[in-house]
Amino acid sequence: MGTQTVTPQAVQHPYTRYLRTDRLPHIWCPGCGIGIAMGAFLAAVDELGIPQEKVAVVSGIGCTGRVAGYVKFDSYHTTHGRPIPFATGLKIARPEMTVVVFSGDGDLVSIGGNHLIHAARRNIDLTVICVNNFNYGMTGGQMGPTTPHRARTTTTPYGNLEFPFNLPYLVAAAGAVYVARWTVLHVFHLRESIKEALQRRGFSFIEVVSPCPVGFGRPNKIGEGLEEMRFYREHALIQNGLHPKDAALSFRDRIVVGKFVDEARPSFLQVLEDHFRNASRDPSHREG
Amino acid sequence: MSNAVLTGTHFMLGDHACAEGAIAAGCRFFAGYPITPATEIAERMARRLPQLGGVYIQMEDELASMAAILGASCGGMKTMTATSGPGLSLMLENIGLGIMLEIPCVVVNVQRGAPSTGLPTLVGQGDVMQARWGSHGDYEIIALAPSSVQEMFDFTVLAFNLAERYRTPVILLADEAVGHLTERVVIPPPEEIELWERPRPTVPPEEYLPYATDESLIPPMALAGEGYFVHMTGLTHDERGYPIINGEAHERLVRRLLEKIRKHAPEIIRYEEVLMDDAEVAVVSYGITARSALRAVREARRQGIRAGLLRLITVWPFPEDQIRELSRQVELFVVAEINQGQIRREVERAAAGQVPVAGVHKLGGTLITPDEILEALWVRKP
Repeated sequence: MGTQTVTPQAVQHPYTRYLRTDRLPHIWCPGCGIGIAMGAFLAAVDELGIPQEKVAVVSGIGCTGRVAGYVKFDSYHTTHGRPIPFATGLKIARPEMTVVVFSGDGDLVSIGGNHLIHAARRNIDLTVICVNNFNYGMTGGQMGPTTPHRARTTTTPYGNLEFPFNLPYLVAAAGAVYVARWTVLHVFHLRESIKEALQRRGFSFIEVVSPCPVGFGRPNKIGEGLEEMRFYREHALIQNGLHPKDAALSFRDRIVVGKFVDEARPSFLQVLEDHFRNASRDPSHREG
Repeated sequence: MSNAVLTGTHFMLGDHACAEGAIAAGCRFFAGYPITPATEIAERMARRLPQLGGVYIQMEDELASMAAILGASCGGMKTMTATSGPGLSLMLENIGLGIMLEIPCVVVNVQRGAPSTGLPTLVGQGDVMQARWGSHGDYEIIALAPSSVQEMFDFTVLAFNLAERYRTPVILLADEAVGHLTERVVIPPPEEIELWERPRPTVPPEEYLPYATDESLIPPMALAGEGYFVHMTGLTHDERGYPIINGEAHERLVRRLLEKIRKHAPEIIRYEEVLMDDAEVAVVSYGITARSALRAVREARRQGIRAGLLRLITVWPFPEDQIRELSRQVELFVVAEINQGQIRREVERAAAGQVPVAGVHKLGGTLITPDEILEALWVRKP
């Protein structure tokens, strides 16, 4: 009768099976929020029980663009700004798959801005998760289409002269059927929102506000990632159902989060199915 | 049952024959953006693909069109887009991605007068070097130049076959004259159209290395949704497909991508020789201009000049061995093309000073006539 020795077991992260663990450690900076957003996505896939081989992740270029390289799905790290059209082709070829575009604000909204609005307009069956850290992080903190007015970046050393996009308003106006914004502090809401988006047919868009302590925090004296999370806690205001027009973000002021749009409209693939039915009856060109 | 292959003899537009070739090759996804003089390809695909369960999607621009055909090809479809020079300029970004990721697809460029907006409705052959070098970095490309409506059909099928076999984007380098020409085309029965498919993995996912190759240098391609959990990146990557940022890995990957085409160049390269056996003067041409060149060669023979035609079918890879070979036979090369010497310089490079190389060139907008080529043959005749 000896005492039993309890060997502490190595603790496995519950979502390890969705990660390419042989690619870790990741490249993201301490205090960055992209990992939290990715974790919320993996949790959403897990809780919905979507088979792993039926999920594809497509990213563009930039810090968030690296998500495709860490997730163990069919994953494509494409060109700057083009993940949405690449994913559009992939989804049409594999309509049974859940195709998710995971990329950053610079990639999706600046260089890829045209693809974003057109994908929303055609209501293609994709979920876009857009991590917004208000700057180009990968290249060292330059101004982008979401950089707040007056904010400092390496290319706006005297403060940003321009004004940022209000992303929910932009994509809602373009036709997205599901539009939400959360910060990486709102992990529960974010996960639930991603779950909803993945179940909608059509174009769904979730903006995830994230700290970038190195690229954006430092020049704007925001502090480290933890301080930024504290800022989210103190300044975030959940306003589900708010008209996206009123959801603009202001610089170092309140952050409106919530689900702004959730409506049904025939998706590209739904319309396509009808299209097939009509076209197969078209007698022209049978003889060339 | 299916009307996929329109077997029979037709009086057909070149652009439409291209679309029919794509469909006969199994293309069921077309993403495009309207542009003269390639629009008829998109229009034909828009009408025909839905009849066959395929998808035509009109994208917001050529950047998106190219990205979409890559994505759909990763899902396992045979895919194509069609454009002209200004559109090719935009597609070259993602053609580079297709080369790096080794994604089969076909890009049709119906060339028009350039640069810039140039001559939208008129002929040009000025995109030969753009097709070769337009995307950044060192790479090899396959480009085919049809000279007739029949070849718009045949070479589109061939373009798909080469794209699939070598896992690479292939460019059909057509021109406005061939694209807008209406003439006879014979579409064979489906069983007579040979189709090649991309190599696929034969091992289970846990043993699969996406970019490991045998001596063919062509890696088997796992499709999305098959449980292989492929990762593809435009970054320099290793056999697992994972990014690896150093010079050695880059050397390994890019060297293989180059060698993949170079090693198979003898099987890829195609050209046609007419009256070359005893020729003293070789006319080198391609596309619509090769038809004027053929007429010039025949006329030259009647006038006592021993002329022959070397018609390029693959503009890229360029048949430089054959040019080198001919340098020992002929006294003169005459290159006819509607640009300022893009292939002439290739011929000069391959002839390496052994034989003089003359050019018959135009800027675009009008065809080169047989007489203009004939004149060059007479002028150079000693």
